[in-house]
Amino acid sequence: MPFEYAPALESRAIVDIKPSYGLFVDGQFVEGHGTPFKTISPATEEVLAEVAEADEADIDAAVKVARRAYDRVWSRMPGRERAKYLYRIARIIQERSRELAVLESLDNGKPIKESRDVDVPTVAAHFFYYAGWADKLEYAGRGDDPQPLGVAAQVIPWNFPLLMLAWKVAPALACGNTVVLKPAETTPLTALLFAEICQQADLPPGVVNIVTGAGATGQALVGHPGVDKVAFTGSTEVGKAIARSVAGTHKRVTLELGGKAANIVFDDAPIDQAVEGIVDGIFFNQGHVCCAGSRLLVQESIVDDLLERLKSRMSTLRMGDPLDKNTDIGAINSGEQLKRIRELSEVGDAEGAERWEVACDLPTKGFWFPPTLFTGVSQAHRIAREEIFGPVLSVLTFRTPAEALEKANNTPYGLSAGVWTDKGSLILKMASSLRAGVVWANTFNKFDPTSPFGGYKESGYGREGGRHGLEAYLK
Amino acid sequence: MSSTPTILEDVTGSEASLRRFLHGLPGVDQVGAEARAAGLATRSIKTSAKEFALDLAIRMVDLTTLEGQDTPGKVRALSAKAIRPDPADPTCPSTAAVCVYPDMVAVAKETLGTSGVHVAAVATAFPSGRAALDIKLADVRDAVEAGADEIDMVIDRGAFLAGRYQHVFDEIVAVRDACRRQDGEDAHLKVIFETGELQTYDNVRRASWLAMMAGAHFIKTSTGKVQPAATLPVTLVMLQAVRDYRAMTGQMVGVKPAGGIRTAKDAIKYLVMVNEVAGDDWLDPDWFRFGASTLLNDLLMQRTKMKTGRYSGPDYFTLD
Repeated sequence: MPFEYAPALESRAIVDIKPSYGLFVDGQFVEGHGTPFKTISPATEEVLAEVAEADEADIDAAVKVARRAYDRVWSRMPGRERAKYLYRIARIIQERSRELAVLESLDNGKPIKESRDVDVPTVAAHFFYYAGWADKLEYAGRGDDPQPLGVAAQVIPWNFPLLMLAWKVAPALACGNTVVLKPAETTPLTALLFAEICQQADLPPGVVNIVTGAGATGQALVGHPGVDKVAFTGSTEVGKAIARSVAGTHKRVTLELGGKAANIVFDDAPIDQAVEGIVDGIFFNQGHVCCAGSRLLVQESIVDDLLERLKSRMSTLRMGDPLDKNTDIGAINSGEQLKRIRELSEVGDAEGAERWEVACDLPTKGFWFPPTLFTGVSQAHRIAREEIFGPVLSVLTFRTPAEALEKANNTPYGLSAGVWTDKGSLILKMASSLRAGVVWANTFNKFDPTSPFGGYKESGYGREGGRHGLEAYLK
Repeated sequence: MSSTPTILEDVTGSEASLRRFLHGLPGVDQVGAEARAAGLATRSIKTSAKEFALDLAIRMVDLTTLEGQDTPGKVRALSAKAIRPDPADPTCPSTAAVCVYPDMVAVAKETLGTSGVHVAAVATAFPSGRAALDIKLADVRDAVEAGADEIDMVIDRGAFLAGRYQHVFDEIVAVRDACRRQDGEDAHLKVIFETGELQTYDNVRRASWLAMMAGAHFIKTSTGKVQPAATLPVTLVMLQAVRDYRAMTGQMVGVKPAGGIRTAKDAIKYLVMVNEVAGDDWLDPDWFRFGASTLLNDLLMQRTKMKTGRYSGPDYFTLD
């Protein structure tokens, strides 16, 4: 007997979206001098708001304000006082969590279930965690009296807009730096709501500045001679350009870039949980996750059984309105990203891999791509090597642990990996040999503010989170 | 006589092969299983979906009284309630069954008559199962002869935990034989694991397969006398087992969580899990039951609230 879930929509009424937003500089919203742009809901293509673009002069002004706040206020303030602001921000984020979750789902397209249960709670946890460090920096492992760097230029991506903001802003502020942050052009709204939260928390003006815009704004920010630190999360291509542009300057850099993680399933794996982990690894957040488990490596002896279970599980995923509390898979963030996912999937077809996708009706408006897997993929295929950044899984097989390791490490990236087996010794062996910043064992995509995160090779350098995350913001 | 499907006959041939098979089943990762159950519990079931779920849940209730103080009067009252749970609303469905001790079967049967509500009896030295096989079988035959449509047996947890799987298997087979009525029909057999005593999810999965291979019509979590009784993750593991068993043998086996499910909200979480893990074939009283006593009234209160838009106090719902 079919059990149809009636629509269970989270109300939009809780969030008040303004028709237009300025830049947040020196504790207040000011007009930008570039060409304003529109931010849309990727699920419906509805225009949500118009947002100012920061030009070079705006960036210059923001950096100067941040410098002044650094020199006069924030770097001189005792850690225990800075902590109070961070705790206050964390609590306001909790109090306004529904508002933040709804806004994030509207602007980004991710399901409310995820923004409500994962993104926003993790954001608050991150501020709480680094608030605790602010008066204990002498225990950070950087000497007795570690000093902040100065003004941090931070550029963040669209996949976890508020969470990436927290990863950047919380440790920077805890360590005594001031920041100028640029959110992604497709997802600026939660950062602008965060600006209001900074006002509500009475954060001294200029400590956090938020400038909106696209690539040119980001370039102007990281290239500004007044910044001491550049922190970037995004594509490897842009990361390389940033590394080139800051080469030979005094600027310190951390980069968190792409990935093509191997999720390795051995024949003795807890099979039902492995299926969940595979689904979570690649379909969480529509696959817009730099550490997504986009390459499934399955031991050949169980591949048929596993794929059957995986397909049947994928068929129960619910795709649709991001604000419906029962939605598992939301919208692709932008038309541009959808185009890239389609293109790379077509390359998969052309290279001879076999495509299987969940049969479902896609909404006519907005940007949608069904959960998809490719079988018969080899290491030589582009879909096994390039980051698709969408809900597309490439399935490869292996025969022995050594082969699994070899294939897993045979990538220019090295951000994350997963291992599924009931055998503890095999987990330890794999974990110590995988060249990946994070190795999850019998789970995937688990995040905690106490745990450092970052990559090897083309996945970037520097660590965010945990005590290690402080190093990026201390001399 | 064993009703093991042909494909599994080699497995149940000896203690050694049974052990090899059960220990060769894929393991269950505790953290992952509990996370999956918690994830499914966040589904938001509203309006028409809630109405559907509440009526379905009522139809799946095995309305239960298993007390030393049970009397014919109590059992008659319970049976009347099972037939018409909400006297004020004739559209309210009956429950699936009433569940009583064997000596109360005849009383329940008399009240239930041809209502279609089944009588289930807990037999086999329920709840501990600590008696000789002959006594357990006599207990079962007694209930069947008195007219029980369903027998809820307990497995020998001591034997299971000691690794004596063949012993547990043979007992289930013997009880299933004892479920045969004189008219040639079988009383349906539910096999209770007492998962609170088996403790690990690996054990729950193994017990599920053992019971299914031995011919259980239903696998059931608990007696209600041991804590914890039914939980979402335990039921998840059992639903995965019946799903996999059908994929292998083509045979469907039912699932019954029992004990500790007290609210409509909880019951709906279980139905969501049935829907998304085993599939909607199991969304039927023939394949899924709730063993419960207080659950029914909360289902009725929620049902009335859906229809009238208002909550009524407990005085407006009958005691059972």
